[in-house]
This record gives sequence, structure tokens and C-alpha cells, in this order.
Amino acid sequence: MYTFSYQKPSSVADAVAVLTGDDDAKAVAGGMTLIPTLKQRLAQPSALVDLGSVPGLTGIRRDGDALVIGAMTTHATVAADATVRSALPALAALAGGIGDPAVRHRGTCGGSVANADPAADYPAAVVGLGATVITDRREIAGDDFFTGLFETALEPGELITALRFPLPKRAGYAKFRNPASRYAVVGVMVAETAAGIRVAVTGAGPSVFRVAAMEQALNASFTAAALEGISVDAGDLNTDLHASAEYRAHLVTVMARRAVEAAR
Amino acid sequence: MPVSITLTVNGKTTALTVEPNTLLVDAIRQHLSLTGTHVGCDTSQCGACVVHLDGVSVKSCTTLAVQADGRSVVTIEGLAAPDGTLHPMQAAFKEHHGLQCGFCTPGMVMSAVDLARVNPDATPDEIRHWLEGNICRCTGYHNIVKAVESGLQAMKTGASAQAAE
Repeated sequence: MYTFSYQKPSSVADAVAVLTGDDDAKAVAGGMTLIPTLKQRLAQPSALVDLGSVPGLTGIRRDGDALVIGAMTTHATVAADATVRSALPALAALAGGIGDPAVRHRGTCGGSVANADPAADYPAAVVGLGATVITDRREIAGDDFFTGLFETALEPGELITALRFPLPKRAGYAKFRNPASRYAVVGVMVAETAAGIRVAVTGAGPSVFRVAAMEQALNASFTAAALEGISVDAGDLNTDLHASAEYRAHLVTVMARRAVEAAR
Repeated sequence: MPVSITLTVNGKTTALTVEPNTLLVDAIRQHLSLTGTHVGCDTSQCGACVVHLDGVSVKSCTTLAVQADGRSVVTIEGLAAPDGTLHPMQAAFKEHHGLQCGFCTPGMVMSAVDLARVNPDATPDEIRHWLEGNICRCTGYHNIVKAVESGLQAMKTGASAQAAE
């Protein structure tokens, strides 16, 4: 690791002030991506701003027809939480399938969403469930949040404080995971919401995306069979040593069917 | 610039001065000379470095020492009783030969002890899933799973015996 200074702010405002005053400072949540990145010398921040001691960023609460999850809430907490498990079991299952137990004890939902890894699970939840990303200064619709490979709508210095998930009628998540890293080779969240069906795909492209043809088919009939013959164009998808774009395109349909079957 | 931190490791509170980029595992191994916690892959994959931070298993090669400031750490050295009596999970690994070369064992045992907190009645299948982040390059998983199954039972028996006292 390169050297950096260490800041331990005691409020969101303090953290934002440090990040705004120093373009090269970087916030660290659980650090499950950032620390490996630093170890490989792929990043050289001037300072790490540790959100671990900032109060008010953890916890899960029911807010009417939505769940509000603090940005520093760990994957293990989301996966085990009784409210999430009963109100939004697809999200509990998604969180419980990230990495491994020790990673889930440190990794946070806000960190995952802010990092916008193309193979991360949380982007599928944010977009697939039509969530809202709450920051220190505004609310951003999930559909507008992810703007590209590791890119989001966050401004410099802007911090995610919570995620708000409207409760769907039913939802399911299925992923084909890389057996070594447990990242999604392809992950699909399917949700039946008040505004209709949403289908969001992570792992396959440079950023999470929705599949309109699948949403229309599932709006007509919420069955795995309704997805028969519907596939995404491989032209825009990722190819790497784990899977070709064509294989990923095939997996999108398979995972979408499994997500429909898992929906509850 | 070095940072002063306080760690409570295996019940003993220690003040340390570390660089911000010092990993928790390096603070444990090099500053505190507790070399039971191993570095296997150094890339968060293998789990040889698993310790308990405030009671839950974490990878100490992917945690900064400064992030553990003011918190409690338990390493493999902290499991056995002061008189050397093995922790039930350690004893189970010995009994069932849950190790071959032994390099992954500290992390395996620390992960297994944490499983007792979450799922004390874990089935062999659940044990295998829980140990996804712990890699045994000798591939000695079969006996490790048997050891963990037995260790979980022994921990329950130990806990109820303590409660009865």
C-alpha cells in the first residue's frame, strides 16, 4: 500500500467536509473492495476517511411500505435481520450470498452501491426493487444512480447515508456466481412492484441494466415460462476469462427464470 | 503519519503506534508477536488470517489496524484456557484430525467458533457453506467438517455444563 493519512470523522457533515476539501481523499466503509485495491496499489488516496465511527449510518427500519437500511449496515446484518427476512426475503438472500461470512461481517450495503462494481449484487437490488439512494444532500432514484463501469451519480464528496427499498408484492434474486470470488457472473433481480414488473441484471454488462422485454412478458404472466425465447443481446455484454458475452447472455435468461421461480 | 490506537487482544489491552496502512494482521503478528494468525493469500480469499473483531469473524489481512482501534480482537492464541486446556473446537480438530499441514487451521478454527454464535446446530452442508471463505490447500475438508460438527456439539455441552454450575 502507498501511504495515506487517516481521518476518523464523528459525523456525516465532518466526513463530507474532509472529502470535499481534498479531492484525493477517499471514504472507507467496510473496506472489502478498497483495502484489496490499496494493497494492489491500484489507488493512491491522500487520506482515508473512515465511516466506521460515524453515528446514525447503521440499522434497518420499516418506514411505511418501505425498508430503510443505513449505508454502513453489513451484509451479514441484512441477511440475518428478521424484518428483512420477512418483508423482503429476496434482499436477505442476496445479502447472504455476497462473498463469504467474514466478508459479509465487514462489507456494507452503502459501500457496495457507491463502488458500483459491475459484478456486485447490490446494484441488482437497488435497480430491480426500484430503491432510492439517500445521500447527505439528496435522494437519487435507483434507475438514475448507476451511470457506468464503477461510475455513479454521486458528486465528489457526496456520501450515501441510507438505501430505501419500497416493498414489492414479491421478488426473487438468482445469481450464477463465480465459485472463487462469489461475485455474480450474472445476477438477476425480478420484482413485482406496485408500478409493474422490474427485471435488473448485474454481472453481465459494464453496469446494472433492466430488460424491458422480460418486464413486459412477466407483466402479462408472472411465470418462468413467460421468459421462453426472450434473451438479451450479447453485443453489449462483458467477456472475460470467466465467461464469454454469449454465455452471459444465455445466463441472463436462465437466472431470470430462476429468480421468477424464487420470487415470494 | 503514525496513529496511536488501543486494541484489546485476547483480553489484554495494548496501546500501539501504527501507520494508517498497517493491516490488522501485521499489527497482530509483528507488533504483538502473535504469529498464530497466518497470512495465506493476502487477497481476502483464503481465510488463514481470520480473527474475531468484537466477536465476529473477519479477515485480518483485509482490515486496517486503525479500523480496529478501541475494539476487541480474539486470535487463535486466545482460545485455549490459561492452563493450556484446548478450546472444545481446537480439541475437536485434534480428535478428528481436521488438519494436514496446519497452515489454514487457525483461520478454520476461528471461523468454526464463530459458527457456534450464528448456527450452533449447523448441518455438515451448512458447515461447508460457512467455511466458503476458508481454503485448505491440502483439501482436508472432510475431516475439517467432521471436526467442526463435533466441536459445535462440544461447545454446546460445555455451555450447558457452565450454565449448570
